[in-house]
Amino acid sequence: MRFLRFIFRRNSKDVAMDRLKLLLISDRTDCSADMLEMIKNDIIQVISKYMEIDTEGLDIQITRTASPTHNASVPALYANIPILCVKHQPEYQ
Amino acid sequence: MCEVIVITSGKGGVGKTTTTANVGCALATLGKKVVLIDTDIGLRNLDVVMGLENRIVYNLVDVIKGSCRIKQALIKDKRHPTLSLIPSAQTCDKTAVTPQQMKKLTDELREDFDYILLDCPAGIEQGFQNAIAGADRAIVVTTPEVSAIRDADRIIGLLKAAQMPKIELLINRVRMDMVKRGDMMSLKDVCEILPIPLIGAVPDDENIVISTNQGEPLSGLDSMSGQAYHNICRRIDGEKLPIMDLNQKKVWFQRFRGLTKRV
Repeated sequence: MRFLRFIFRRNSKDVAMDRLKLLLISDRTDCSADMLEMIKNDIIQVISKYMEIDTEGLDIQITRTASPTHNASVPALYANIPILCVKHQPEYQ
Repeated sequence: MCEVIVITSGKGGVGKTTTTANVGCALATLGKKVVLIDTDIGLRNLDVVMGLENRIVYNLVDVIKGSCRIKQALIKDKRHPTLSLIPSAQTCDKTAVTPQQMKKLTDELREDFDYILLDCPAGIEQGFQNAIAGADRAIVVTTPEVSAIRDADRIIGLLKAAQMPKIELLINRVRMDMVKRGDMMSLKDVCEILPIPLIGAVPDDENIVISTNQGEPLSGLDSMSGQAYHNICRRIDGEKLPIMDLNQKKVWFQRFRGLTKRV
């Protein structure tokens, strides 16, 4: 077992990188990973009313982007939502 | 033209004071007029790293309170005639000084020096605010560790919010053997996470401990870290130098030189 664990061990550097990336998202925006998950679920719910989307391929993250007004980068919500098909009879009635 | 550079990190113990001392010495070796200011009031350290702890008469708080003239508080370095230090006070705390007073002090010093280096205390409270008040440029020191990088990111955010014109990254204590094994983040990995330009990287080098023990900052080119500091200074001065390869193997005569130096 120990031998197997040695072979399949992830580099500790990669673990550190992954932890940092998650950590910095919540630090930079004051928004936790849980909250991001909740936002994601809400977006799925809203969009599913009008179109069928690929929930597996959905990617949502908080990144930084240049602010148009002042000379600094600001956090931005980035969402990539693959649409499977548009519902012909939307459920808005 | 004078440039005021603050050396900061957020997390303690990543090498702000060591960096300030070594960069200051290397800038003085390039012939620049440099003053180092220790802004860590209550926990002064820069004087010890520079080996000037026995010469202190007046300190930063005395200058700011007007108990002495600036010239009286400047301590000349032992080896570099163009390098001086304003030590911090050991008995007061960070609230003894305000950001406005620090800005006034750096503005007064601008006329006489090429570079003013401010050694910032750890943390993001008043000490940090004091140190960045008069600065035109910030060097954020970090090590390739999760905690140090997280704090550096926070500091970068605060510096940007304070509209610091120039913010650069210095990665300290890099161990190439661990990077090769995949157990330490490489320079590229750190730069990918922290969104500011890299000004240099310093290897984890036992020569730094030895030089701190002796109170004589490295400024020669015979050690890899000394060379790294020298390159950082040339970049601060505006030269475009590639980041040096920290992978260099020692050639046999360098090993011999290391041996003779220690005896």
